[in-house]
Amino acid sequence: MLAHAFFFYFFSTIAIFSALMVITARSTINSVFFLILDFISVGCLFIMIGAEFLGMILLIVYVGAVAVLFLFVVMMLNVASQKQSWFSGKKATHIPSGLIVSILILLELLVIVGGWKYKEDILSSSSLIVNENISNTHQIGLVMYTDYILYFQMSGLILLLSMIGAILLTYRKREAVKTQSYINQISREPSTSIELKKVDFNKGVKVDD
Amino acid sequence: MIEIGLGHYLTLAAIIFFLGVVGIFLNRKNVIVILMSIELILLAVNINLISFSIFSDDIVGQIFTMITLTVAAAEAAIGLAIIVVFYRNKGSIRVEDIHGMKG
Repeated sequence: MLAHAFFFYFFSTIAIFSALMVITARSTINSVFFLILDFISVGCLFIMIGAEFLGMILLIVYVGAVAVLFLFVVMMLNVASQKQSWFSGKKATHIPSGLIVSILILLELLVIVGGWKYKEDILSSSSLIVNENISNTHQIGLVMYTDYILYFQMSGLILLLSMIGAILLTYRKREAVKTQSYINQISREPSTSIELKKVDFNKGVKVDD
Repeated sequence: MIEIGLGHYLTLAAIIFFLGVVGIFLNRKNVIVILMSIELILLAVNINLISFSIFSDDIVGQIFTMITLTVAAAEAAIGLAIIVVFYRNKGSIRVEDIHGMKG
């Protein structure tokens, strides 16, 4: 129990510190690095609490894919020279109102957490009680591919949709770049593939490219 | 303090959520940091879902967390694609420079 408390405070301190650094770091690339640190520490918390599959998914999907995507975009856009400046500029009137709203949200959340008592013998709302004999990944697999197959496939469709959208948004046709034309290749026929030309003497023939 | 309960995890999630909201409201640099703040908010929501799932012995919260992760990844991809297109057109992604809709 002592080790549990120690590791909880350790990882949550790192998580809160790195979340603070994400929004206050001077350069964007540092923000991305602290975002990666935040994901890793929260993933460790998930593994510690007993949701090891989701902790590993968090490490793989977020640190391996999403954070690297952020890194690529930061490197592509050359925004490293834009420094973080909350208080500079002509109009800094957003600071007080933004702070008031944010602190109100934090106070509301803390009031909810503090005033709410966890009931020990709470009954689970569904019949999917955790079986202690099998591992966490096994439990998720048992439920996800049977009772929640529709949601699983829907999330796959969401991923497909986002992939199509991202490709369509960033696609651009480049000029003066030779590419394959599939429709020309497919509609090619034997009768038109060979053409006989009469070559004049000392003039040659122009081949269209 | 030694006994780590549900309240500790909910407090952690509330603080991370708060930091994400602060990052959205007070940002003046570029839109990428706003997207990262949205990722922080979704992470806080995931902490809530998983801690409730563990402490009430119900696996459904973890299933829902996976769907939330999927939506977060899709949102990050689309948002970054929009940012890349915007940068290509306008040459800047500073929040102050984005006023095309006169808002």
